[in-house]
Amino acid sequence: MDYEKILGQCVQDIPFSGIRKFFELLETMPGAISLSVGEPDYQTPWHIREAGIYSLTKGFTKYTANAGLTELRREICNYQRRRFGLEYDWKTETLVTIGGSEAIDLGVRALINPGEEVIVPQPSFVCYSPIAQLAGGVPVIVETKAENRFKLTADELRAAITPKTKILVLPYPCNPTGGIMEKDDLEAIAEVLRGTNIMVLSDEIYAELTYGKRHVSIASIDGMRERTIVVGGFSKAYSMTGWRLGYANGPAPIIKQMTKIHQYAIMCAPTTSQYAAVEAMRSGDADIEEMVEDYGQRRRYIITRFRELGLDCFEAEGAFYVFPCIKSTGLSSEEFAEKLLREQQVAVVPGSAFGASGEGYVRCCYAASLKDIDEALDRIGRFLETHHA
Amino acid sequence: MESILKLLEKDGRLTVKQMADLLGSDEKAVSDKLKQLEDEHVILGYKALIDWDKTDNEVVTAIIEVRVTPQRGEGFEKVAERIYQFEEVESLYLMSGGFDLAVFLVGRTMREVALFVATKLAPVEGVASTATHFILKKYKESGVLFATEPEQQERGYLL
Repeated sequence: MDYEKILGQCVQDIPFSGIRKFFELLETMPGAISLSVGEPDYQTPWHIREAGIYSLTKGFTKYTANAGLTELRREICNYQRRRFGLEYDWKTETLVTIGGSEAIDLGVRALINPGEEVIVPQPSFVCYSPIAQLAGGVPVIVETKAENRFKLTADELRAAITPKTKILVLPYPCNPTGGIMEKDDLEAIAEVLRGTNIMVLSDEIYAELTYGKRHVSIASIDGMRERTIVVGGFSKAYSMTGWRLGYANGPAPIIKQMTKIHQYAIMCAPTTSQYAAVEAMRSGDADIEEMVEDYGQRRRYIITRFRELGLDCFEAEGAFYVFPCIKSTGLSSEEFAEKLLREQQVAVVPGSAFGASGEGYVRCCYAASLKDIDEALDRIGRFLETHHA
Repeated sequence: MESILKLLEKDGRLTVKQMADLLGSDEKAVSDKLKQLEDEHVILGYKALIDWDKTDNEVVTAIIEVRVTPQRGEGFEKVAERIYQFEEVESLYLMSGGFDLAVFLVGRTMREVALFVATKLAPVEGVASTATHFILKKYKESGVLFATEPEQQERGYLL
C-alpha cells in the first residue's frame, strides 16, 4: 500500500524533529555525559509519590470528572493565587490536562479557524508550530534576539500581527534560552494586545524556575486576564515529568470548549497522578524552594564556566537551561553538537532545533549533577581547543 | 554564611572555586569564610561516607542504651566524659525518653563490642544499666542510601 497517499497531508507536511538522529546516536554511547535532556534530575519528592501510592491502595482507580478532581482544581486555584496572584474559579476556569502539552494543544484547537495565524516567538519549545498546523492554523515565527535577552519586544510583536492573527504564544520562562519576561516587558506586550481579539497562550510550565526574580504571568497585567490562557504543569515545578499532568486556567467560555475537546479525546487526566498532584500543591512549596536554590547555584556555576572557556553565555534567568553562543568556533550548532558528542562524548542540543534563530547556539541543561556539569565543561574546554576558529 | 555550610553538608569535597562559582562569590571571600567557620568549630571536619560491608574490612556497629544515675552537681556530663574518651565510641548522645545516653560503638566483631560493654562501659561509675543493639544493615546514613543500587530507568529523550 502507498501510505503516503493514505496518510493525511497536513500531518505528512510536518517534519519530524530534526534531532531525533542525534538522540539515536547518543543512545549508542552509554558513557556520554548528557546536558541534553529537558527534565529535572530530581526524583518526584517521596511525599508526593507516596500520596499517589496511597490513592492506589485505597482503590481510587476510576475516571475522574472530565475537568479533573474537584480537590485538585481547587488546589490549582489556591496555588495560582498564592504563588502568582492569579484569581481563577476552580469550576469554570480550570482544566486538568495530560501535561502542559495537552493544554497547549487544546487551547490552539479551541481558538483556531483554518488559515488563522499563531505567532510563535523562537527559539522556543518545538511543539507550537506543529500544533498550530494540525489545527489548520498558520504559524508566524518571530525571531527573538540575544541582545534583547531573548525577550519578545512590542515592536517585534507589532510587526508580526496581521488581520488574521488569532493567538500569541508566550513561552516564558523560555526553553531553550532561559530568557524571562518581566513585568515591564509584559506591560509593553499588553499595550499592543489590549483592544484586539488576539488571545495569549501563555506557556508557564517553568514559572517556578526563575532565579532572583519571581515569575510574572501576563494574565496578572491589566486587561490581559480576559485574553489569556495560562498553561501550567507539575513536571518542572515538582519533578513529575512522567506523571503527565498539567492544567489550563482561562476565561470560562474558552475553558468550556477546551474541556469539550478533552472530554472526547482524553476523558480525564490519569487519576493516580491527580491524587499525587493534590499533595504536591498542598505541601510542596518547600520542595520548590529547595530545588530552585539548587538549580540557581548550578546556573551560576555553568555560566561562569562557559564564560571562562571564552564562550558568550547570556545570563539565563529562568528554566534550567543556558544557551551559550558557539559562533566563534565557525561550526553550525548541529555540527558543534554532533562533533562534541563524537569527539568528547558530551551531549548538548543544537540551538537550531528550536527554530532557525537558535542557529549559532547550543542548549545545555544544568539539571545535572555538579560532577557531570564539571566533567562536561572540562571536555567542552578540550573540544574548543581543537576547534577554535 | 549558611549557604556554604549547606553546600558542604551535601558534598564535602567541593573546592573553593566550585563553591565561589555556585554562590556567585569570589574565592577569597569563600576561603576566608571557611577558615572562620573552621576556627569557630562550626565546621568540625570532612569525612567520607563508607559502606564497609562492600569491603573485606569487618566492621560491627552497635547502639548501646545506657541508663545513668545522675551524679550530684554534675548531671550526666561526668559520665558522658568518661564514656566518649574511649576511641571505640563513635558517637554519643544525651537522649530524652526511656534511657539517658545513646552510645554508638564500632568494633571488628560482635564479641569485641560485647566485651567492651561488659568490661569498659558497664563498670563506669554512674552507669546503672546497658542494653546493646547490633546494627544488622545500614539502609541510609547522613541522607545517603546505602543498601540499594539505583535501577536503570528506560528514558525518553524529549526536548
